[in-house]
Amino acid sequence: MSNDVNIQITDRDGVTHCVLAPTDMALNLMEVVRLFELAPEGTVGVCGGMAMCASCQCYIESNHQLTEKLEDEDAMLSEAFNVKSTSRLGCQIQITNELEGLKIQLAPEA
Amino acid sequence: MITTDIIIIGAGPTGLFAVFEAGLLKLKCHLIDALPQPGGQCSEIYPKKPIYDIPAYPEILAGDLTDKLLEQSKQFEAGFTLGERAETIEKLANGTFVVTTNKGTQHNAPIVAIAGGLGSFEPRKPSIDHLQDFEDKGVAYMIKDPEIYRGKKVVIAGGGDSALDWAIFLSEVASEVILIHRRNEFRGALDSVDKVQDLKNKGLIKLITPAEVTGLFGKSKLEAIEVTEIGGLSQRIVADNFIPLFGLSQKLGPIANWGLEIEKNAIKVNNALDYQTNIPGIFAIGDVNTYPRKLKLILCGFHEATLMCQAAYKIINPGKRYVLKYTTVSGIDGFDGTRKEAPKAVIKSIN
Repeated sequence: MSNDVNIQITDRDGVTHCVLAPTDMALNLMEVVRLFELAPEGTVGVCGGMAMCASCQCYIESNHQLTEKLEDEDAMLSEAFNVKSTSRLGCQIQITNELEGLKIQLAPEA
Repeated sequence: MITTDIIIIGAGPTGLFAVFEAGLLKLKCHLIDALPQPGGQCSEIYPKKPIYDIPAYPEILAGDLTDKLLEQSKQFEAGFTLGERAETIEKLANGTFVVTTNKGTQHNAPIVAIAGGLGSFEPRKPSIDHLQDFEDKGVAYMIKDPEIYRGKKVVIAGGGDSALDWAIFLSEVASEVILIHRRNEFRGALDSVDKVQDLKNKGLIKLITPAEVTGLFGKSKLEAIEVTEIGGLSQRIVADNFIPLFGLSQKLGPIANWGLEIEKNAIKVNNALDYQTNIPGIFAIGDVNTYPRKLKLILCGFHEATLMCQAAYKIINPGKRYVLKYTTVSGIDGFDGTRKEAPKAVIKSIN
């Protein structure tokens, strides 16, 4: 379907999943992880997507040009654990056509 | 031993509304929560964020929702055990339950309603060697009694609201407050940030940024910390207390070992009937439960709490008939002797 993008997500057990994420449902990356149940319920998106808990932290493994971090996300990541230079909060990344082929890895549960 | 009709585990919106519905049925409640204040996520994570799907409130701040729920049920005088986590449950020979917290507080009731949301809040602990060895020996992750810091040299780490707020508060209590954060920017309410700036300028709070606490030292208790500037040198600082405030995570915790049927990190309940779990007398309401087509919404928690209370009434009053009453018609009789009722209509002829 033209409205779907391929995203490769490596879960916390190191298993890689290829999913087709819809672009027409105003989803973000954290919600895609939940949609496909790639992490146990209650361990991703605990705050609901307000950039207030860092449970959806992920590492971006492909060279996609993502939207800039806003202050909220930047500040939350400054307090999170296991942060790398490629860290982002999944809840702050909207699923758009530009994300075709995106590769991410979920950060460990903190 | 605290005795009541319904022990509610979790003082979030669902637990607080259960107090009201139970009160209408003349049932008393006692709530247990790991956080030091009621409200659950609403007060701990997003008190200043608006919620748009509470019926009749086009918009309400999560903190205000908590206040209104407390106000709505205050005449039913619920008890609270706050800052303690429900640890064990035991069924007595008389069929009632005893719930004991991690601090040893015991509660006894015929009904237990678990309204634990996504689980009890636990502090996120930074990875520093020997951190756990110093817990309660100078290291704490939540502040319950600020007085214990009077005259002490306190180091706070973190960059959010709680780090800022406690640095401000303790600057008047402790002999010295040092605030350490990984970067120069802080994430908090603007007035808190300004206040910390002001206290720093006055020399009442010492700021070390961008830096991290990298070591803890002491024999029987904490005596010093090592702080390392990002990309820079380390230094040792004398300190009586170290309070890392890096937010909280939620874990189902000890409840997972109570013999309840768990699915997807939630407690399975009978949603066709009354939200009872596989153990009669134990209910699960709100975000903590699961059933086909479950929605984790506050408004669903309210409905579940209401039906749970009806079932609790039947268990506590076996064989007794019950007729639904409307609050508009019957008013509300509080356990504190207050009465709320609709004003009587005036009957008067108009000439």
